[in-house]
Amino acid sequence: MSTSSSSVLDRARTRVLEQGLGLEEADILAVLQLPDADIPAALQLAHEVRMRWCGPEVEVEGIVSLKTGGCPEDCHFCSQSGLFSSPVRSVWLDIPSLVEAARQTAATGASEFCIVAAVRGPDAKLMQQMRDGVAAIKAAVDINVAASLGMLSQEQVDELVDMGVHRYNHNLETCRSYFPNVVTTHSWEERWGTLKMVRDSGMEVCCGGIIGLGETLAQRAEFAAQLAELEPDEVPLNFLNPRPGTPLGDQPVMDPKDALRAIAAFRLALPRTILRYAGGREITLGDLGTRDGLLGGINAVIVGNYLTTLGRPANADLELLTELKMPVKALSATL
Amino acid sequence: MTETTVTYCDRCGEEAAAVDHTACRAARELEPPRYCAQCRRRMKVQVVPTGWTAACSVHGSPTDTPLP
Ligand code: SF4
Ligand SMILES: [Zn+2]
Ligand SMILES: [Zn+2]
Repeated sequence: MSTSSSSVLDRARTRVLEQGLGLEEADILAVLQLPDADIPAALQLAHEVRMRWCGPEVEVEGIVSLKTGGCPEDCHFCSQSGLFSSPVRSVWLDIPSLVEAARQTAATGASEFCIVAAVRGPDAKLMQQMRDGVAAIKAAVDINVAASLGMLSQEQVDELVDMGVHRYNHNLETCRSYFPNVVTTHSWEERWGTLKMVRDSGMEVCCGGIIGLGETLAQRAEFAAQLAELEPDEVPLNFLNPRPGTPLGDQPVMDPKDALRAIAAFRLALPRTILRYAGGREITLGDLGTRDGLLGGINAVIVGNYLTTLGRPANADLELLTELKMPVKALSATL
Repeated sequence: MTETTVTYCDRCGEEAAAVDHTACRAARELEPPRYCAQCRRRMKVQVVPTGWTAACSVHGSPTDTPLP
């Protein structure tokens, strides 16, 4: 191990593992810049941090798109924007199918079910679908319901709390300084505003983003530090899966070693958060990557399919958790 | 009754015979189809945790049409 890299991991051992404090931005960057030979040591330390500050449980979640495509925003990575020539068409999921998706998710042992809509923010129709859908799920299925519906007004925040939505996802996607390169139809600050309202409402805050959008390593470190400042309950970590027809459709899939460095760095920046493997892990890291991540700081997974793309079968992940002796977090443990 | 013919790639919508669709075939392992293989219309596709459905407004759902 090189001297400089051993020193950043030494500092992390003291500050993060022993004291439970997140790594500061300069050291997050140093982890993102570690030589290949030091990646296993960084993942090992991130794993120890996760085990010490979060425990061995893994939170399992399923997600479903209630309203797909036709979004008026222009997030350059997103196949659901209506502004690009993406092949994804606008479609709504009906309530019985939504309940069935929740039932199938619960059958895997998952404790979380997140309802997602491709919108700038909810309109009256979407809020009505949410009221009906969340009530129907709660009547039929034992599972925590989370939501991801874009930017919210205070009234909508309050309504979601009333419905019993326990966690709200709203990703910052990337750091503040790079955001204007990725999204021009709304600002990073507008997203931050929604997150503040969600935090104040008592709902759990889920906020992450996508790595590999073309940001520099310094910007990746900036992003991790900004997330740490927000202190989200959960951080979903996506790796860019370049989608045909989007402005980032020709961006290369990121180097798996950089993805592993990012996993370790984000865990060391956020020792106590639920750090979830989200989209793009299959294409970036393959089957082996799932194992490396779970032994390198990740303590949550999305099982089954994503919103517009497919994932590994839920069984493959659940069998791996059994093999790694990592229990699935029970629903009772989250209430 | 006519046989279902695969004329277009259900991932990129290009003619099946016109270009090499090896990359499309590989990508389709982790993606649902997006184009009707018979008429290249964009299909309505719904992904759920354990599967997906797709429908062309003219030809209905693909019956797991083999890729070109
Ligand atoms: S707001 Fe969401 S759904 Fe809309 S383009 Fe951006 S990421 Fe896609
Ligand atoms: Zn093709
Ligand atoms: Zn058709």
